[in-house]
Amino acid sequence: MTVLQIAALAAVALGGGAVVAAKDPLRQALVLSIYGLALTMLFFVFQAPDVALSEIVVSTVGLPVMLLLALRKIREHERARREEDR
Amino acid sequence: MSRTARLLMFGVGAAGLGVVLVYGLGGIPAFGHYQGVYGRVLDGIGVAQRHATDLVTGLNFDFRAFDTLGEEFILFASVLGIVLILREMRDEHERPRQEEADEHQFAGASSALRALALGLIPSMIALGVYIVVHGQITPGGGFQGGVILATGPLVAFLSGRYLRMKALAPHTIIELGDAAGAMGYALIGLGGLVFVGVFFKNFLPLGIPGHLLSAGQIDVASVAVGLEVSGAFLVGWSEFFDQAILVRPEGDR
Repeated sequence: MTVLQIAALAAVALGGGAVVAAKDPLRQALVLSIYGLALTMLFFVFQAPDVALSEIVVSTVGLPVMLLLALRKIREHERARREEDR
Repeated sequence: MSRTARLLMFGVGAAGLGVVLVYGLGGIPAFGHYQGVYGRVLDGIGVAQRHATDLVTGLNFDFRAFDTLGEEFILFASVLGIVLILREMRDEHERPRQEEADEHQFAGASSALRALALGLIPSMIALGVYIVVHGQITPGGGFQGGVILATGPLVAFLSGRYLRMKALAPHTIIELGDAAGAMGYALIGLGGLVFVGVFFKNFLPLGIPGHLLSAGQIDVASVAVGLEVSGAFLVGWSEFFDQAILVRPEGDR
């Protein structure tokens, strides 16, 4: 195992923990995309460029966009409900 | 359940998982010592039989093309699900166009950001097309290239112009691309059945390894999947966008 591979494995282990530890969903979505970047590095240094290419686009663009839009919609709903209660 | 009971249960579970993990990890081959037969066989015949220098794409679109058909329709069905769930409900309505266009030009979208987006849109599309059509030669292929292709119009949204994104990727076009790609991939399989008697058996000329038009059905399948994936992602995203930006509950105008 090379130094790069060990570093990538460590980054993925830390990143996975960080995603779980993030409390605020908004922050969690961003940490998740950074974790995806770490996974991309992992696939790349383990000589799987095909998987790395899919991972980088899906995890840094595809997934966060959907998560952030869903969060925005939820917040709007909460705000509307609070205004109704008043 | 009390905290101690929960911790106790977690302790028992974690200890069990640890034992099984250590036992299981002890049995796998050493790092870097691949022992599978299938991989070695494919490694030997990939270029010789299928003229594909990227074996991963060759595997996806030729050797195991039938499996990819299933994956293809998983994506197709899940996007269909998104469209169904996020449709405009009876007590909702879309905001008038002009109003929402004004609102979405947020303050952060400076001229510099928009100029950057103007350069990024064509380069993302060019990169996506490149990766789709070179699937059989270099790492990449239909799925990867398709998602990159879909990020082209998405950049228009990032520069604060959601309506421009809709103009760049109209709903009819992306839905058509999604459906035509999925159908095209299935048709390649049927072509094998019609012309050489086996579903997904290659029936196209193989060409010279390393050339743009080579590897028979792999190249064509890559284009079909690229079309389907970029369409699917754009349809899915724009459903989310419509919900988050355009659709309002009744009475909130």
